[in-house]
Amino acid sequence: MLTIKEYVSVESLEEAYKLNQNVNNVILGGTGWLKLQNRNIVKAIDLSKLGLDKIEEDEEKYTIGCMVTLRDIEKNVSLNEYTNNALKNSLKDIVGVQFRNCVTIGGSIYSRFGFSDILTSLLTLDTYVEMYKGGIIPLKDFVNMPYDKDILVRIIIKKDGRKVGYSAFRNQATNFPVITCGVTITENKKVYAVIGARPYKAKVVEDNENILGEFSEENIEKFAKYVSENLKFDSNMRASGEYRKRLTEVFVKRTLKKLMEEK
Amino acid sequence: MEIKLWINGKLTEDNIEPDTPLLEYVRSKGCLSVKRGCETSNCGLCTLWIDEKPVLSCTVLAARANGKHITTLEGLQEEAKEFGEFMAKEGADQCGYCNPGFIMNVLAMVRELKEFSDEDIKEYLVGNLCRCTGYMGQFRAVKAFLNYKRGGER
Repeated sequence: MLTIKEYVSVESLEEAYKLNQNVNNVILGGTGWLKLQNRNIVKAIDLSKLGLDKIEEDEEKYTIGCMVTLRDIEKNVSLNEYTNNALKNSLKDIVGVQFRNCVTIGGSIYSRFGFSDILTSLLTLDTYVEMYKGGIIPLKDFVNMPYDKDILVRIIIKKDGRKVGYSAFRNQATNFPVITCGVTITENKKVYAVIGARPYKAKVVEDNENILGEFSEENIEKFAKYVSENLKFDSNMRASGEYRKRLTEVFVKRTLKKLMEEK
Repeated sequence: MEIKLWINGKLTEDNIEPDTPLLEYVRSKGCLSVKRGCETSNCGLCTLWIDEKPVLSCTVLAARANGKHITTLEGLQEEAKEFGEFMAKEGADQCGYCNPGFIMNVLAMVRELKEFSDEDIKEYLVGNLCRCTGYMGQFRAVKAFLNYKRGGER
């Protein structure tokens, strides 16, 4: 059960940061996960008043405030065009519309959940997190940083003309994924895959051996195998590690092929 | 803590505990259509609207509704009755427990989707669980209702 002694809707990030330094206080995202835990919170810190619920765009980048909901991202026409619906595809199977209208991108990404679809798809893009004290950090570094008491303020996606694809496997629609798979082809034809729900946090595997120097059917299969062999997989109540490894191979292959067909 | 919000158009001011879920709060105000089904943000039974957007009221804190407009099934009686007739015609109702949350999401969908395919409808309603019917009757009713709302025949 979640208990909260005091609720503070802060006027500034500085106020939120100061309050957040106390271990018994916590910043609220959409409370989707928090309310499932046994937590006694002294002060719940709400960032709702700070105008961080907007998706902004200029020629170089998208800037997504931490209080933007997953549904807002899913419905953003420009983001869908830029990512060829990859972001949308990574969001549409998360529980339901009502859930995605509640939960925030800040809460999802700060938490770096192993099962996170959106962490996987954001890693396919040139994505950064803007921390209040820590500044701008590439998402792929942030994923492995220890949890601290800083505040995730915004997500930044730089537009660099890459192509991305996303797919996931679920035992049942809307349940947590068994494996998540993102694939990127950069503008200078470099390829990498992102695999999450292994059940560990999503991780990037680059084509360091230049297997895909030439895009042939055979090389795509080789790359898919390479990805699955360069990651650690484990078992949980949803699937075994061995099964996840096999799925990874299949999903990297399918997602990459589909991405290339869309050229 | 003090909150001020509108429930089905009526201004309400209250002093609440900061950890009160919105679900409990609206029920305490007589909106008994809003039900607790699963406790884990999964079943859609507790669906209501905050500023016209469907959300899970078991997941949102009442404090977050401060200054906002809440709509529950109690505030949409006419439209709910209209949709109810489509449900009855398809024989889609069984125990009825999931109906309020389901109807709230159907009515939100009618407002939101400009165009719709079968897949769009399923995608929108996938967060509303029903243990009785296997969904096909409901699906037929929703489709007929959407067509009617878009100028088709009853």
